[in-house]
Amino acid sequence: MAVEDVGSGCSSSGDQEFHVLAVDDSIIDRKVIERLLKISCCKVTAVESGSRALQYLGIDGERSSLGFDDLKVNLIITDYSMPGMTGYELLKKIKGSTKLRQIPVVIMSSENILARVDRCMEEGAEDFLMKPVQLSDVERLRDFMLRGGEEREVVGHKRKTRDDSCSSSVLSCDRDHPLSPRSVSAMAHCKPLSKRPRLLATD
Amino acid sequence: MQRQLANMKQSLFDQGYLDEQFIQLEELQDDANPNFVEEVVTLYYRDSARLIQSIEQALEKSPLDFSKLECLMHQFKGSSSSIGAKRVKSECTQFKEYCRVGNSDGCKRTFQQLKKEYATLKKKVEVYFQFARQIGPVEKACRSK
Repeated sequence: MAVEDVGSGCSSSGDQEFHVLAVDDSIIDRKVIERLLKISCCKVTAVESGSRALQYLGIDGERSSLGFDDLKVNLIITDYSMPGMTGYELLKKIKGSTKLRQIPVVIMSSENILARVDRCMEEGAEDFLMKPVQLSDVERLRDFMLRGGEEREVVGHKRKTRDDSCSSSVLSCDRDHPLSPRSVSAMAHCKPLSKRPRLLATD
Repeated sequence: MQRQLANMKQSLFDQGYLDEQFIQLEELQDDANPNFVEEVVTLYYRDSARLIQSIEQALEKSPLDFSKLECLMHQFKGSSSSIGAKRVKSECTQFKEYCRVGNSDGCKRTFQQLKKEYATLKKKVEVYFQFARQIGPVEKACRSK
């Protein structure tokens, strides 16, 4: 992707910027994901833990950092393995909150553990990305989100059901890899849209 | 000069010090963020120093707390992977394996090797970045991105 001279090289869409809340206990990974998201024309807020993320989102209904309309979070991308609260636990808390559950959550992990992937997808994760996350993953995610955003507006903020995930994932899978499954779990459940074929061959 | 830099980088890859992730990071650089990779790598060495220290301390305990060691190493492996430090990452994997089977000597041996690779990589990338910075301004003028 050719990156322009001007900061992020993003064209102004006229609409609000896509705001992503990134959660990772690693300062290095936060720096990288922040850069990946900025290049993909997203506004980024990066925090170091699940509890900080919940604070930011104002899940306890108290003083939230969000003036909800101004700083609306369009996507949460979180590391799985974090001390204190794991990404999975954060996912559960978000999906368990009436206020926040419509926000899509993507999990990142350095470990290719299918049971983990399944668990997260069943809990309502939008996708499961292998670390190190690459620009192509983020761009694909952003495109998918932006496309799905309109649908969400139309049908109201209903909780994303598995059927919804399936149909949406099939769309992107058809585009990329119509025939080959991206993972074993894809056979049984919905295909995480960003799983790369080489995933199965990695260590 | 540019070719020299390219050769330097190629050599780091050929010798297995760096992997594709390093290239991925380089692709995130632009004129507004020309030193992104150097920043990330610098951050890595600064941040991982405390992890190395924690692991060192944990390895002095007797008996070893393998669970704790594995956890610390998992973090270290993650960061190493994020910057494309291939050899370091490989030692991390080995270390975690030894933790899993409870092999103290294996852990200690591997850690010594890991520190060597970690230090060697640091020197090599420092040279690389120094060189890159020197030819940087020239490169910008000629580069057609």
